[in-house]
Amino acid sequence: MTGLRFTKDHEYLRLDGDAAVVGITDYAQEQLGDIVFVDLPKVGKKVTKGSELAVIESVKAASEVYAPISGEVVEVNAALGEKPALVNEDPMQGGWLVKLKVDAPGEVEGLMDADAYASFVKTL
Amino acid sequence: MRYHPLSDADREAMLAAIGVADIEALYADAPASTLLTSPLDLPPHKSEMEVERVLSRLAARNVAAGRVPFFVGAGAYKHHVPASVDHLVQRSEFLTSYTPYQPEISQGTLQYLFEFQTQVALLTGMEVANASMYDGSTATAEAVLMAHRLTKRRKALLSGGLHPHYAEVVRTISRLAEDAVADMAPDPRGVEDLIAQIDDTLSCVVVQTPDVFGNLRDLTPIAEACHRHGALLVAVFTEAVSLGLVTPPGAMGADIVVGEGQSIGNALNFGGPYVGLFATRNEFVRQMPGRLAGESVDADGRRSFVLTLSTREQHIRRDKATSNICTNSGLCALAFTIHLTLLGEAGLTKLARLNHANAVALAEMLEKVPGVELLNRTFFNEFTLRVPGDAAAIVETMAAKGVLAGVPVSRLLPGAGLDDLLLVASTEANADEDRAAFVSALKETL
Repeated sequence: MTGLRFTKDHEYLRLDGDAAVVGITDYAQEQLGDIVFVDLPKVGKKVTKGSELAVIESVKAASEVYAPISGEVVEVNAALGEKPALVNEDPMQGGWLVKLKVDAPGEVEGLMDADAYASFVKTL
Repeated sequence: MRYHPLSDADREAMLAAIGVADIEALYADAPASTLLTSPLDLPPHKSEMEVERVLSRLAARNVAAGRVPFFVGAGAYKHHVPASVDHLVQRSEFLTSYTPYQPEISQGTLQYLFEFQTQVALLTGMEVANASMYDGSTATAEAVLMAHRLTKRRKALLSGGLHPHYAEVVRTISRLAEDAVADMAPDPRGVEDLIAQIDDTLSCVVVQTPDVFGNLRDLTPIAEACHRHGALLVAVFTEAVSLGLVTPPGAMGADIVVGEGQSIGNALNFGGPYVGLFATRNEFVRQMPGRLAGESVDADGRRSFVLTLSTREQHIRRDKATSNICTNSGLCALAFTIHLTLLGEAGLTKLARLNHANAVALAEMLEKVPGVELLNRTFFNEFTLRVPGDAAAIVETMAAKGVLAGVPVSRLLPGAGLDDLLLVASTEANADEDRAAFVSALKETL
């Protein structure tokens, strides 16, 4: 099971076997504006699909990032501590947030693929 | 819009819009017994001159702090505030200023808040301070909530030397948040064993120094014990002038330092408004409640000030905000800052020494009064006496003799069996004749 999936809350999930990288989309970073702080979970934290995974603070807002899939946090992007703006600059690569060890890969059913997400964003 | 009283037609229109026949129907949900059926029985209006006369007569019945030898403290202290402080805070730019959300028109306000924060951080020995809370007691409650957020635990331990009113506010907030509070017994001699009570369930231990009985406490071993158990130490003070002389809580390992700033720049004000001080370590700043002014540069690279880290606050983070305080005690904070700026570091130390010397002189005189015992081994400008008899009655009798002798402990801790204890505060405002008046009035009373 591989590939890129998206949620309606503008999280993306890059799945590789039972590992997944989670971040927010380019559309989301654009909406948030200048990101000044990312509150990341501790490694070892267990999350269920839809529960709060992280909080992103921009100059004018604080927004929750929800887990697109259930699992355990195995790594967080330490670079964001020094440079939260990476989420603005490169949300899909250098600005990733969390790596999860996925409990049930089947949970991706129901998430959008890239085309579906692109169409979804057009409707907003 | 114009501020005219409502006409009958206005009222009819509003009732019609709501869809009720009359006012009675509008208030149908309120119990009938709570509604007035006739106007309140108030005396008719009076002219300004008559009102002044009535109020002056009432005021004359008070034994006012400024008119008699005055030794009342217990969290509110009578210090001399230079006339220039009051004069400056009444400048309209300060007096009428609004929340400084727009830095381009609020540089004055933001700069004094920044100076205030710097002073509070230096005084407490901490890295960062907010732009103030309502008062010392609410600052203490906020510190407990912050410790809960940081440690993910929900139980606080309160020292028996914490001002009972502060403890009460912590308990109120905790009850509403469904958090746990453990209390130590009242500790007039400052000898409780807090460390034995610290375990892995506590988010924080709250200790006051000088404590409500006046004792100075060494926070270092308590801080170490807290940190061994993953808890935080919240240090409290009610007398900000003490920080001019005693080791700052930050230097003793405190994680959050809170207290009352009224002593500096602010009069007694009948108990409020006051100014709560709140300081912590940099690593905890994102969980700190309240407003924070920060230093920045403007478009031309000039030093300027802004409200910063506002994502902690209610107007941005809504229900997930660190606190529902969205304000600060701006004018009281300004008075604090102006007074402290006038004093300077050396001046504050001098003022603190004078307070301590006055209190020592008084304590030595009072100890010689037969039947009177001084409980403290250490104190700054306030101490606890054991008196032969009921302290509250003694205070009343001395008030009738024109001396305000202090606060009976029974007033703060009713029913605690401490009715023979009296808290006595002495500041730079007390002169030799005040001390002499105290001693002779006490001897007469006993």
